[in-house]
Amino acid sequence: MSGNLEFKNYRREGRLFTRRAIMAGLFVFILLGVVLGRMFYLQVIDHEHFTTLAQDNRVKLIPLPPTRGLIYDRQNRPLALNRPAFNLEIVPELVPHIDQTLEDLDVLIGLREQDLERFNRLRRQKRHFESIPIKLDITQEEAALFAVNRHKFPGVSIKARLTRTYPMKEIMAHVVGYVGRISLKDLKSIDASNYAGTTYIGKTGVERSYEDILHGQVGMQEVEVNALGKAVRVLKEIPPRPGRSLRLNVDSALQKVALDALGDVNGAVVAIDPRDGGLLAMASKPGYDTNPFVEGISSKAYKALRDDPDKPLYNRAVQGTYPPGSTIKPFMGLAGLELGLLDLKEKKYCPGFFQLPGHDHKYRDWKRGGHGPMDVDSAITQSCDVFFYQLAHEIGIDKLQQYLKQFHFGEKTGIDLMGERKGIRPSREWKRRRYKQVWFPGETVIIGIGQGAFQATPLQLAAATAAIANGGHYHEPRLVSAILDESNGDVSPEPGKTHDIPIRNPANWNKIREAMEHVVQGPRGTARRLKNEHYRIAGKTGTAQVFTVAQDAEYDEETITKKMRDHALFIAYAPVEDPKIAIAVIVENGGHGGSTAAPVAKKVMDAWLLGTPDIKPEGATK
Amino acid sequence: MNPASRSPSGLPASEPARHRGLLARIHLDLPLLTGLLLLCGYGLVVLYSATGQDLHQVEKQALRLLIAFGAMFFLAQIPPQTLRRWSPWLYTLGVALLLAVLIMGVIGKGAQRWLDLGFMRFQPSELVKLAAPMMLAWFLSSKPLPPNWKQILLSLVLLAIPVLLIAKQPDLGTAILVASSGLFVLFLAGISWRLIIGLGLLAAAAAPAIWYLMHDYQRRRVLTFLNPESDPLGSGYHIIQSKIAIGSGGIYGKGWLNGTQSQLEFLPERHTDFIFAVLGEEFGLIGIMILMAIFLFIILRGLYMASQAQDSYSRLLAGALVLVFFVYLFVNMGMVSGILPVVGVPLPLISYGGTSLVTLMAGFGMLMSIHTHRKLVPK
Repeated sequence: MSGNLEFKNYRREGRLFTRRAIMAGLFVFILLGVVLGRMFYLQVIDHEHFTTLAQDNRVKLIPLPPTRGLIYDRQNRPLALNRPAFNLEIVPELVPHIDQTLEDLDVLIGLREQDLERFNRLRRQKRHFESIPIKLDITQEEAALFAVNRHKFPGVSIKARLTRTYPMKEIMAHVVGYVGRISLKDLKSIDASNYAGTTYIGKTGVERSYEDILHGQVGMQEVEVNALGKAVRVLKEIPPRPGRSLRLNVDSALQKVALDALGDVNGAVVAIDPRDGGLLAMASKPGYDTNPFVEGISSKAYKALRDDPDKPLYNRAVQGTYPPGSTIKPFMGLAGLELGLLDLKEKKYCPGFFQLPGHDHKYRDWKRGGHGPMDVDSAITQSCDVFFYQLAHEIGIDKLQQYLKQFHFGEKTGIDLMGERKGIRPSREWKRRRYKQVWFPGETVIIGIGQGAFQATPLQLAAATAAIANGGHYHEPRLVSAILDESNGDVSPEPGKTHDIPIRNPANWNKIREAMEHVVQGPRGTARRLKNEHYRIAGKTGTAQVFTVAQDAEYDEETITKKMRDHALFIAYAPVEDPKIAIAVIVENGGHGGSTAAPVAKKVMDAWLLGTPDIKPEGATK
Repeated sequence: MNPASRSPSGLPASEPARHRGLLARIHLDLPLLTGLLLLCGYGLVVLYSATGQDLHQVEKQALRLLIAFGAMFFLAQIPPQTLRRWSPWLYTLGVALLLAVLIMGVIGKGAQRWLDLGFMRFQPSELVKLAAPMMLAWFLSSKPLPPNWKQILLSLVLLAIPVLLIAKQPDLGTAILVASSGLFVLFLAGISWRLIIGLGLLAAAAAPAIWYLMHDYQRRRVLTFLNPESDPLGSGYHIIQSKIAIGSGGIYGKGWLNGTQSQLEFLPERHTDFIFAVLGEEFGLIGIMILMAIFLFIILRGLYMASQAQDSYSRLLAGALVLVFFVYLFVNMGMVSGILPVVGVPLPLISYGGTSLVTLMAGFGMLMSIHTHRKLVPK
């Protein structure tokens, strides 16, 4: 009975199982069909899409930053160089215990607070397999110390790169400027793709104004990378075009002579070659060391520079505006002669003061008793104020400012540097715009001696002096003389424009040049102490009033604090027969131009024309 | 399927030795063995590429395969009756070891899946992969089939114990495999369709409870599965990269050793759980179809062998083992191609790694034993 039941069950169970097995087989078929359908979808229908994604995964473009061009001075002395620097960098992903590693590194080579701060900031921004600097620009000793202990620091390595260095430090600070890390503000003004991979950008000076040429063109490397972002194979490479180097007109030795000549007072010296507008020296004192700016100066050090009362960051040569004082007189005289309002021999009487007809106000001469009868030559030589008060009044402000404009007073000189100031060339138009007031005749009078609202930069004075020296050719000043191109030889940068000042009568120009020569060579010249046997100098002294002395008040230099003292000015060119250097000097709070500014100019001209161990003499003609 | 001439009669079989080949004499099944060898060979070729051409690892895997085939051969020699007698004891041992691992894990404060035997690490869950279907087959075959409600309920309890213990480890992949092996036994035993549908609905209703019981990382995997792009660098990375690998392979593939996704290591776990994506990338749709053909052949041969078995225990066990093999490959291919969530299930006989390999091959050994011992069974 039981056996029979088993037998029946057995057959039934067998059939049941077979049915179920067939069901299961069908099920397997269907599910494998689903997987196959999925494969068909991925590999056939959506194939293109995934191919693109796979390609994006594997191919990365790595920018190859160009090496920055160098900057040399006139004698090929290096002013801005690329120096290899070594950074200690960490790939967080490869470091098992990052805090421990940082502690150990601190013990080994020392980490500063700012190193850790920067590291932690970058660590949040970057992906875990990217290399992050922990200490910048480590010394050779630190590098050696680390190398010996290398095995203890997986994921930490030394990376070499180029950094910028300025061997002349403060001597060329304002001319060469400096580079710094690219800021968000910089990014707005550049083609960001050309700066992919670039660390530095010119911030000031020639580094900034010639950024395009110095930077070069970025290259690209198409590499196959693995999932860690590590390059496995180079697929294609477009090499970067390195930045081109520059040679300056400036002679750093002459620049140093100028700075030394200024001594420990603040001021500026601008020396120009009157033949082409090339800047031979452009010194502003005090200077500052530009090197700390490259890697990012500490905010404390920056604050100290910014808040220094002597304002070292400020380039006095192009940003400092001063009343030109008596140095404007040759230009006034020339204006009078050329505009036909003054004759070569015409004399005006100087009683020691000038009064506008119908006014009581006395415009005083610096010489209390007056100079007596003066013609244009003696008025310039002895720096008579009354002569020029009267002349300015006779010319009138409109014609006067029109004439002075040709010498770029109140206009940019067009120097190849950014941030140049225009100064102020007062006019009716200027006064209306600035103060919404009408022009008073009395203002014209004091413009005659370069006071009042008149403001000029040392560069403007030097460039204008050069135009007098070369007979009316106003050259835009140029710091850079050549772009050094290895393949094509030297290339001139975009040349400075030359504006020719119309000459009505060459005798007028000769008269002014003679008068300026008498300032130095003449027995009564205000700069007669500069007279020497080697070469002849033409010049003009000036004193720029910092504050106004009340009418009829006595003026005692000793009691006035140094800050309130007048600025001493001097403009000159030499040799007079064939001018090779035109110069403008300002000594802040230096008192009289003849005694403080002129000797500075003399030292610079001596060095340039007679030579020094560092300077090849330009040759003075006796 | 079951030729009448071979229809079991309940009488002692008298199979003449001349009908049997040499392989059958040592209890191996030629078609199944051929299928398995083809699969392993194919697997080693893909593995060489997936390890980044590391011959050393390929050799290691070949050695493991050798051991696994040894296990298969050994189990093929054990008659099904012996297996049947062992079933409850193996099951009890398996559950005890799972408990031991769990307790050790609690003491050791961390997930633990293995026991250190000194010379090797042993995962009790691997033993349970075989012991659980054996136990259910033993339990159900002792009574007439199809099972009644009480038997079904008891079977589910017997199954739930090891499944929950494994899920607690936590090893979701293995838990799914063990659970499915038990459910396959029930299915093959002939439980009614109404019950199957009912259980299915119950499972759907229990989903929120399961969600509650899941570990955070398991939940994350499910969420990532539903929307891989939500976390492209974290847990979604696996699925995105493997889809890219497979999709970019196209119909013909990029060629052996030429898969960029795999060779440049964008594909994570490329030589273990995600080796299917390497195959898809380098050999394309054609390569996948070849793989599927081999798989299908093994499964159909296995099901046929199961249906040829002479008693319920053998049939249920054989059928369940074959279907678990299918679950392995389906879950793996499904997760790698992004139609199933990522659970740690290797591609059987292809993925690098040893533990599941030995278990799988041991299962095939049992299958061969069931098939080749057939005629010798005195009934």
